[in-house]
Amino acid sequence: MRHIDKTVVGLTIAFLALLFADFFMAEWMRFIGLQSLARGTVALGLLVLWRTGLVSFGHALYFGFGAYAAAMLTLLGYHDAFFLVFAGTLIAGLLAFLLGFLLRRYRAIFFALLNMAFSMILYGVIVKTEALGSTDGFSVLAPTFLGYAPEGEAVQTTLFLFTLVFTYLITLGVHLYLKTTLGGMSMAVRENEIRVEYLGYSAEKVIHFKYVLSGLVAGFGGAIMALAIGQVDPDSMANWTVSGEFVFITILSGIGNVAATFVGALVFELIRTYAFEYAPQFWQFILGGSLLAIIMFLPDGIWSVLSRLRKAEKAPSP
Amino acid sequence: MNIMKRSGRVALLATGLAAAIGFTAGAATAAETVVMAVPTFLTGAGAPAFGVPARNGAEVIIEAINKGTLPAPYDKSGKGLAGRQIEALIYDESGGGVKQVAEFRNKVQKQGVDLFVGYISSGTCAAITPVAEELKMLTIFPICGTPRIFEEINTTPKYVFRTMGHATADGVAEALYVKANMADVKGYTGINQNYAWGQDSWRDFDLAMKQLMPAVPASDKAQWPKIFSGQYGAEISALMLSEEPLVHSSLWGGDLEAFIFQGSARGLFRKKKLLFSVADTSVYRLGKKVPTGVILGARGPYGIFAANVDTPLNNWFRKVYIDRYSTPPVGGSYQAAQGVLAAKFAYDKAAAANGGKFPSTDQVIAALEGATYQGIAAEVHMNRSNGHQAATIHQIGILEWDKDAGEPIMTKVATFPADCVMPPPGVNGTEWLKGGMKGAKC
Repeated sequence: MRHIDKTVVGLTIAFLALLFADFFMAEWMRFIGLQSLARGTVALGLLVLWRTGLVSFGHALYFGFGAYAAAMLTLLGYHDAFFLVFAGTLIAGLLAFLLGFLLRRYRAIFFALLNMAFSMILYGVIVKTEALGSTDGFSVLAPTFLGYAPEGEAVQTTLFLFTLVFTYLITLGVHLYLKTTLGGMSMAVRENEIRVEYLGYSAEKVIHFKYVLSGLVAGFGGAIMALAIGQVDPDSMANWTVSGEFVFITILSGIGNVAATFVGALVFELIRTYAFEYAPQFWQFILGGSLLAIIMFLPDGIWSVLSRLRKAEKAPSP
Repeated sequence: MNIMKRSGRVALLATGLAAAIGFTAGAATAAETVVMAVPTFLTGAGAPAFGVPARNGAEVIIEAINKGTLPAPYDKSGKGLAGRQIEALIYDESGGGVKQVAEFRNKVQKQGVDLFVGYISSGTCAAITPVAEELKMLTIFPICGTPRIFEEINTTPKYVFRTMGHATADGVAEALYVKANMADVKGYTGINQNYAWGQDSWRDFDLAMKQLMPAVPASDKAQWPKIFSGQYGAEISALMLSEEPLVHSSLWGGDLEAFIFQGSARGLFRKKKLLFSVADTSVYRLGKKVPTGVILGARGPYGIFAANVDTPLNNWFRKVYIDRYSTPPVGGSYQAAQGVLAAKFAYDKAAAANGGKFPSTDQVIAALEGATYQGIAAEVHMNRSNGHQAATIHQIGILEWDKDAGEPIMTKVATFPADCVMPPPGVNGTEWLKGGMKGAKC
C-alpha cells in the first residue's frame, strides 16, 4: 500500500482553505498574509540550508536582488506579475549559482559572515546609486496578470492568489526534494561530511545545489514583497537586519517541516504588527523578547508544539 | 482517519490564526470622530531635533481644535473638524519607505484612519504618494521637501496635498540671498545627504546659482554622506581642503547637529561660510554652541523667523507651545501645525458648503484644492500642481547671538514673495530654473 504523505495532504488542505479565504479576508489580514508568504518562502530556503548545518546571515542579498530586479523591470515598462516574479527569481538564482562556487567551500561562521559580506556589498551599491533612489528606493506600480489589470482591492486579492499558487508549488517541490536521496543528504552532510564523500557524493555539490535553491526562493520572496508593498528600499530589502529577520523566522518556526516556515512568518508578522500598534517605541523589545521565549521554551521552534501533541496522543497505546 | 486528523491539524495551524483574526475584525471606526494619523520621527536621528518638535506642534493645534480654543481667524468655526473631535494616532516614521508603506496600509485597513497629516522625510513622502492615491486616502504632507512628489511621482494628484513650499523655493531663495549679500563669492561647494531631499536641495541651489551668478564656479567635489550616518570626519576634511569659500548644506535633525559639533571642533565654521537650509530647528537646542554668522533658512517663514510675527494666532501658538514644552517652537513645529490647520480649514469649509453636514472626503478635497488659508506664521496659497502644492513667502537671514537677551536671533533677514521663489503653476521646477526662472515676481 502506498504511504500517504501527511505533509502533502496538509499543505493541500491549507492551500485550498487559504484560496477560499482570500475572497473573505479583511484587507489588512490579506496584506499580512502576503508578507508572511513572501518571508516564509525565504525562510524555506534557509530551512534547507539549516538542515545541512549552514546558517546564512546574508539572504537579504537574494531577497533584495529579486525585489530590485522585479522593481527595475517595472521601470523599463514590464508590469506582468508572471514575468516580474519569474525574472526576479531567476536572476537571484543565477547570482546564487555564481557565488555558490566560492561559498560552498565554507562552513559555520565563515559561511554565515561571507554571505553577510556579499549582501552588504549589494546594500552599499544600492545606497550609492542615485538612479535607484539611494536610501529612498522607489515605488513599484501595481502589476498586471497576463493582461488582466485589477484595480483597488482586486490588486491584492489577485496577487494573493498568484502568490499562494506559486508558494504552494514551491513548498511542495521543496518538500518532495527533501525526500529524495540528494535532499536527504542534508543531514548527512551536517553530521559527517567525510563519510558523505566516501559514499561517493560530493558534499560541495550538494551544498551548492541547496544554495542555489535557497537563492531562487529568496528571489521569489523578494519579488513578491516588492509587488505586495509597492515600494523597494535598501533598508527593508537588502540590509543585514533583513537577513536577521529571516534567521529569526527560521528559529521561530523550527526546521521540522516545510510548512513551519509559513506559520513562523505569520506569527512574526502578527507580533510585529501588534507590537507596533500598541507599543510603537518598544516593538523591537517585544519581538526580541518573543524570540528569547521561543529559544527557552520551544528550542525546536513553533512546529515542535505539533510533534509534542502527537507524542501525547500516541502515549496511551503501547 | 488518523492521517486526515493530523493533516487537518497542519492546515489548521496555517490557517487558524488567519481565519480567527481576519474574519472577525473589521475596521473599527467610531462614527463621531475623525481619525487622524500623524506619522513623525519618534525614534532615531530624525526624532529629537525634528520629529518631536513637529509632533509637539501638531499636538498643540489638535488639542486646540478639539477644545475650540484656536484664536482668529479660526475662533468662529466651532470645535473639532466640521464638528467632530479629532482622534490623533501619532506614530513613528522611522524604518524607511517600505516599512512606512506597509504601516500606511495597516493604518488605513486595520485602524480605519480617515486622513493622514504627516511625514517628515522626503524619502517617506515619495514612497507614500502612490499608495495614498491607490487607497484613495486624504494625505497632507506638512514638511517633506522633495519637488519630485508632484513633478515626477504624481503630476495629477487627487488625494495628496503638501502645505508648504518645496526644495526649489529653498534653492532659489538661498541663491538670491547669496547674490545680494556675497556678490564677490569665489565659488561654492556642498554637503547634502544622498537621498531625495539632499539631492534635490543641491540640484536646485546649484541651478539657481548658475542662473543668478553664472561666473561663480561650483565644486565638482560636493559631499554626499548617507542619511542618518552621524559621522562626518572625512567630509569635513574634504570641505576644509576645498577651495570654495561657501558651503551649501541641507542637513537636518540629528545629522545637522552631529555635523555642527564635529565641524566646530575642527574650526570649519571659522574657515568657511556655511549656508544651512534647515538649521533653525537646532538653534535653540544648541544654544551658545550654535555657530554664528552662518546663513540660515527654516524652509520658509517658520521657527526663529516667526519669533516677532505679531498676529493673534502666532502669539497664541508661541505662548502655548513655550508654556508646555519650555522651548520655543521651531520650523518643524510650525510646519506640522500648518498641516493640521489645512485639515481644520478644509473640513470646516466643506461642511459649510455642504449645508452644515459632515463632508465627504471628496468635498474636503474640493475645499482645499486651490484654496488660500491662514497658517500660523504666513498665508498658505494652495496654488501649484492643480491646487495641491502650497506656496508661501520665504525668508533667509544670518544667525547671530543676542548677548543681552541670551538667545539666538536672525539678522539681515530677506523676505521673498512666493511667486519669486516657487516655479509658476504648471511649470516643472528644474525646467524653470534652467530656462532662467521666467515669470518670477520678485
